[in-house]
Amino acid sequence: MTIVYEKSRGLTDVPFHYCPGCTHGVIHKLVAESLVELGVLGDAIGVAPVGCSVLAYNYFNCDMQEAAHGRAPAVATGIKRVHPDKVVFSYQGDGDLASIGTAEIVHAAHRGEKITTIFVNNAIYGMTGGQMAPTTLVGQKTTTSPFGRDEALSGKPIRIAEMLATIDGAKFVERVSVDTPANIRKAKKAIKRAFECQLKGEGFAIVEVLSSCPTNWGLTPPKALDWLRDNMIPYYPLGNFRDFEEGK
Amino acid sequence: MAKGKVTFNEDACKGCELCVTVCPVKIIELNKEKINGKGYSPAHVIDQEKCIACGSCAIMCPDSVIKVERL
Amino acid sequence: MSKVLMKGNEAVGAAAIKAGCKYFFGYPITPSSEIPEYMSKALPEAGGVFLQAESEVAAINMVYGAGGAGARCMTASSSPGISLKQEGITYAAGAEIPCVIVNMMRGGPGLGSIQPSQADYFQSTRGGGNGDYRTLCYAPASVQEIVDYVMLAFDKADYYRNPVLIAADGMIGQVMEAVEFKEPAPIDLPAKDWATTGTGEKRKPNVVNSLYLQADALQVHNKNLEKKYKLMEENEVLYEAFGLEDAEVVVVAYGTTSRIVKSAVKKAQEKGIKVGMIRPITIWPFPYEIFKKIGNNAKGILTVEMSAGQMIDDVKIGTEGRIPVYFNGTQGGVVPTPQNILEDIEKIAGGIR
Repeated sequence: MTIVYEKSRGLTDVPFHYCPGCTHGVIHKLVAESLVELGVLGDAIGVAPVGCSVLAYNYFNCDMQEAAHGRAPAVATGIKRVHPDKVVFSYQGDGDLASIGTAEIVHAAHRGEKITTIFVNNAIYGMTGGQMAPTTLVGQKTTTSPFGRDEALSGKPIRIAEMLATIDGAKFVERVSVDTPANIRKAKKAIKRAFECQLKGEGFAIVEVLSSCPTNWGLTPPKALDWLRDNMIPYYPLGNFRDFEEGK
Repeated sequence: MAKGKVTFNEDACKGCELCVTVCPVKIIELNKEKINGKGYSPAHVIDQEKCIACGSCAIMCPDSVIKVERL
Repeated sequence: MSKVLMKGNEAVGAAAIKAGCKYFFGYPITPSSEIPEYMSKALPEAGGVFLQAESEVAAINMVYGAGGAGARCMTASSSPGISLKQEGITYAAGAEIPCVIVNMMRGGPGLGSIQPSQADYFQSTRGGGNGDYRTLCYAPASVQEIVDYVMLAFDKADYYRNPVLIAADGMIGQVMEAVEFKEPAPIDLPAKDWATTGTGEKRKPNVVNSLYLQADALQVHNKNLEKKYKLMEENEVLYEAFGLEDAEVVVVAYGTTSRIVKSAVKKAQEKGIKVGMIRPITIWPFPYEIFKKIGNNAKGILTVEMSAGQMIDDVKIGTEGRIPVYFNGTQGGVVPTPQNILEDIEKIAGGIR
């Protein structure tokens, strides 16, 4: 008997507190598996955000620091400058990265910080109860956009991957989704490559992962993934925007 | 003849049904006869013989509930 | 040991490097910009890392990361920039991260002015960030003192696993004085086995964090922090004092103001007035105990600050209502003159203030 799949040792034994069907769990697995498969779990130092995944420091089986909201790229910068030989990553949601922390992520990319950022985009603020995020779609109802996001009032959603791809120091930028097993496999490839970008000393790497929030979207987990596919992917196209090896 | 063996850590399952929807041979269901310590009806395989060991269920599971082995 | 003439801000950098600080993250702001400028050249030469951050906020968070990863690190700024750092400082206090933060105080509130002030006393001693925490705070009065206390700050930060502040009025950063860099006295410091250095898959993960979602757990954590702060209060008070027992007037001042006050005190003594002085060197913990030494015959205590009156609250606490407390202050970056202070001393001694 060969093992096709089992829980990664890159994760601790602590059960995830995430809602049933929350794709944070899937993404955590991909990060953990990538670190193990690249043989760098012992060298990994992660930075947890503020958001649903604030407790990520309990789930990854490596050294972790908890950062203030949005500041994870700056914290990661401090760690990486002290330990350039370690694998430093930040794991952030759309409030953390695309709202309060936009200066920090832009400048980490701008400096070409050799860190890897996993950006979880679920078009809403989960932990605080479902408020509008900078990534919320036009017309999408949230607790602070009860009539649907109004473009005239709040602008259109922000496309982080495209924006960061314009920065020279960002050597790997890809957007993926975890709505199907096939897409999950592609997402893992991208996340692994984003860590390889750091291991090769190329520069800043980010993977934007389209994710679901069944609880705050008011949908069952399977229907939430359908909604993601039908509504988010058209606005946030999947694909690679920068790749250090392909000269992109 | 089953190609694969699937084991569920029932106490960790949150009954989200993502595994149910992605199984290509449709052999996973929630076990409505049971309630685990978290208060969910855990997922289980209803026809192990049909398992093709694709691993889709385990890949999809956010809580690493499922272990898949190829026979 | 030979003395060298140095500008205060540059001496801060040199002292930090002498103390083994290898990482500086900062952002320019008047009147402290010479600190990052000096570090940008001196740190790489010393085998360290200088990084100009995109903001004061980013800088303190880089310090949080570097300090949490086990390194001696520092940031420096001036009043409005220190306001920006308050979030990072409380997080560092909560997560018990050693680091040194230097404030070259300027006029405020808000954008204020670029001239020296002492108007960040509340912010420095009452904690400008949220929650129950304390930070050791040294208030040097000369370039030599800022060198000595920056070096001491790194040891104390490591010893207590806490941020340490240096609150210098902007004058000290700008003046040039002769300094010597004494060899630091060896101190027994615990190993940083709590730092995030990579598990090597040989130990359990270290987590650097200030979040405790269970209130009971956070209360326990707070009580442990309180124990630390109590130790600081018991062991770290530093001050200079003279002439208290038979004083008619006692003047209290720190930083550059204390030097101007000393000129006034000398003139008053020449005029036959018995004047004593208390100069806090740590403004937290504040030297409350020494106030008990002021004789009962004192007619008044004059607090002199470059602010609208912040340290005066601590002077009143130390005095315990025994003797009247008076205030002489300048704001906005205006620096007081000895003459003005002398007049107040005379008025208090003459019983007409």
